[in-house]
Amino acid sequence: MKLLIKNGTVIDPATDKPFQADVLCVDGKIAKMAENISSRGVKTIDATGCLLFPGFIDMHVHLREPGFEYKETIASGTRAAARGGFTGVAAMPNTAPVADNAAVIRFILEKAAQSGSSRVYPIGAITKGSQGKELAPMAEMKKAGAVAFSDDGHPVTNAYLMRQAMEYARMLKVPIISHCEDTALAAGGVMNEGYTATVLGLKGIPSAAEEIMVARDILLAEMTGCALHIAHVSTAGSVRLIRDAKRRGVPVTAEVTPHHFTLTEEAVLGYNTNAKVNPPLRTEADIEALKEGLADGTIDVIATDHAPHATHEKDKEFDYAPFGILGLETAVGLIFSELVDKGVLTLNQVACKCALNPARILGLPEKKLQVGSDADITIIDPNRREIVDPKDFVSLSSNSPFNGFTLKGLPVATILDGRITMQDRVPVSTTN
Amino acid sequence: MKHLLDLQNLAPDEINTILDNAVPMKQILNREIKKVPTLRGKTVVTLFYEPSTRTKTSFELAAKYLSADTVSISAPSSSVVKGESLIDTAHTIKAAGADVVVLRHPAAGAPYLISRRVDASVINAGDGMHEHPSQALLDIFTIKEIKGSIAGLKVVIVGDILHSRVARSNVWGLSKLGAEVHLVGPATLLPPGIENLGVQVSSDLDAVLPGADVIYVLRLQLERQNQGLLPSLQEYASLYGINSRRVELAQDDVLIMHPGPLNRGVEISNEVAEHPNAVINQQVTNGVAVRMALLYLLSVGDVSNETAN
Repeated sequence: MKLLIKNGTVIDPATDKPFQADVLCVDGKIAKMAENISSRGVKTIDATGCLLFPGFIDMHVHLREPGFEYKETIASGTRAAARGGFTGVAAMPNTAPVADNAAVIRFILEKAAQSGSSRVYPIGAITKGSQGKELAPMAEMKKAGAVAFSDDGHPVTNAYLMRQAMEYARMLKVPIISHCEDTALAAGGVMNEGYTATVLGLKGIPSAAEEIMVARDILLAEMTGCALHIAHVSTAGSVRLIRDAKRRGVPVTAEVTPHHFTLTEEAVLGYNTNAKVNPPLRTEADIEALKEGLADGTIDVIATDHAPHATHEKDKEFDYAPFGILGLETAVGLIFSELVDKGVLTLNQVACKCALNPARILGLPEKKLQVGSDADITIIDPNRREIVDPKDFVSLSSNSPFNGFTLKGLPVATILDGRITMQDRVPVSTTN
Repeated sequence: MKHLLDLQNLAPDEINTILDNAVPMKQILNREIKKVPTLRGKTVVTLFYEPSTRTKTSFELAAKYLSADTVSISAPSSSVVKGESLIDTAHTIKAAGADVVVLRHPAAGAPYLISRRVDASVINAGDGMHEHPSQALLDIFTIKEIKGSIAGLKVVIVGDILHSRVARSNVWGLSKLGAEVHLVGPATLLPPGIENLGVQVSSDLDAVLPGADVIYVLRLQLERQNQGLLPSLQEYASLYGINSRRVELAQDDVLIMHPGPLNRGVEISNEVAEHPNAVINQQVTNGVAVRMALLYLLSVGDVSNETAN
């Protein structure tokens, strides 16, 4: 099977600078990159004015299957990934049942293979049922295909157990992804602590609730040598702690979400439950620190924490609505509007944060756009504009605080394994 | 005015209109037959998701004195305990044709949610830690009734500011009318960022009381001790309890106010509760008058506009 992408600009950090080339994909691999490859008899995508990136990987999503198929399924979530320009997603284990054993990991991979819209990399739970009591069978899960371990959403409060998890994960050469939250300090909180929460009469979550656990897990990573990845960093203090740890050579990496680098706590005003997320949206000063961290390499990855919830769950009193924001279908637009256009990140850095670094952290095949590499390609039109409308989402849910935002710089085609999974902003059904 | 959801977004003029309308309502309360036909044919639903005696009774009396029909729904006896969501309850109320819904709810912002789903006017009768606008209006009415005006008065609000919707509504209302508002409490019960509201914040009560025209004493929920916010009620009483010695520090004609119910011996001493300057019972009476004014303005205000057109 052949596919030719004409006239695009190739962004590959392995090469010095962007260059114009036609890219010919044959049987899932990049077979040729050159100017003026003949399109005769070959299915062709015109990428004039567009940027070709190694296929983006979102290393933090919630696909909700098994157990919460009314919010999202592996099929709908991977279609949302394709529409958002992603060729791979790493799925968090907080499903029902929890992905804390090899059978659930295999189930997710089988479902993903049927869907075919994006690669799915399952993340196994650190503890059984994510209860924070006993270690889950990590080696068996790794054998079944788990790429990392996390109790996302249910932080491991017990430092002893977290230490053992890190010792064990290091032995398996698999990273631990930590949702950093001191649950006692954050208890009952529903948004960032501060003036806005005080005026709204909502209980706040202080920055220290995150930073205490970032500090603890950095110390444990330093002690055990385990690769630690900090999920959804939201505060200036966390950025500072991670920067210092990296300087000391601690094996720590970190991610930030588009909502945390775009929105402040004021998005909650009017009791907007679509802006209710954990960790909460913070302040302008935190956003500045997150952007600095992205620019100077303290933060390695942009991941969405795509967290679908049904309308009837979000359409509630703020205190009672679940935490979570959709991410897959708005991420690239936000990265370009907020980071590329504002000069925070170069295109090479975007390729690193969205493709190369997540692949490296999760131990996946290297991401590059070179002859012989996998034909996973994200094609972005940096000038295309669109107003975010939940009616356009292919996710089963619509809980986005970005509804009505105008985004500039959008994915216009997604190529997975040499096949088109999205073209002109619409997912293309695929069968394996 | 369609709803009364908060005082934060009310203009000083709107607050004064409510206060002015409460004056004739109070006269009705002093009549032998306390009933006027103003709201005949209107239905007022009180929907209380939290226990309340004073506020609920006050709204119901206000509605009855104006000849409205009243229906009272309390959480423990309604379909709420069967798991019905606030939105669905709102739809039911809408279908039943209520004109005014008075909502008390433990979650901040609940009145906004329901106001977007019903045709009726919604009155926030207390939502979580957010606001309790009718309480602040009756407090401001009481101060104005005695002091003549609000501008320039030194008002000291003492106690659990962190959890208090009464404090938040009073801060908005009193500030808008020109009072100098001081908030006093232990550091554990002062919400972060509260100083940005344009108020003076302190933990030293005795230093703040001199010159006070009003001491507003907040109720202390006794469970705050178990939540690690207070070492003991005795310590709280010694640092922040309003007793005769502290009343002496303020102006001679200082007003002592409390939204009730009182914890005598904790936030207020027995003597001060019975002090001649304590206007706690007057607050209760004025509460009915102010709520009559609110029900009138929300449910009849629109009709006069329609006839004018």
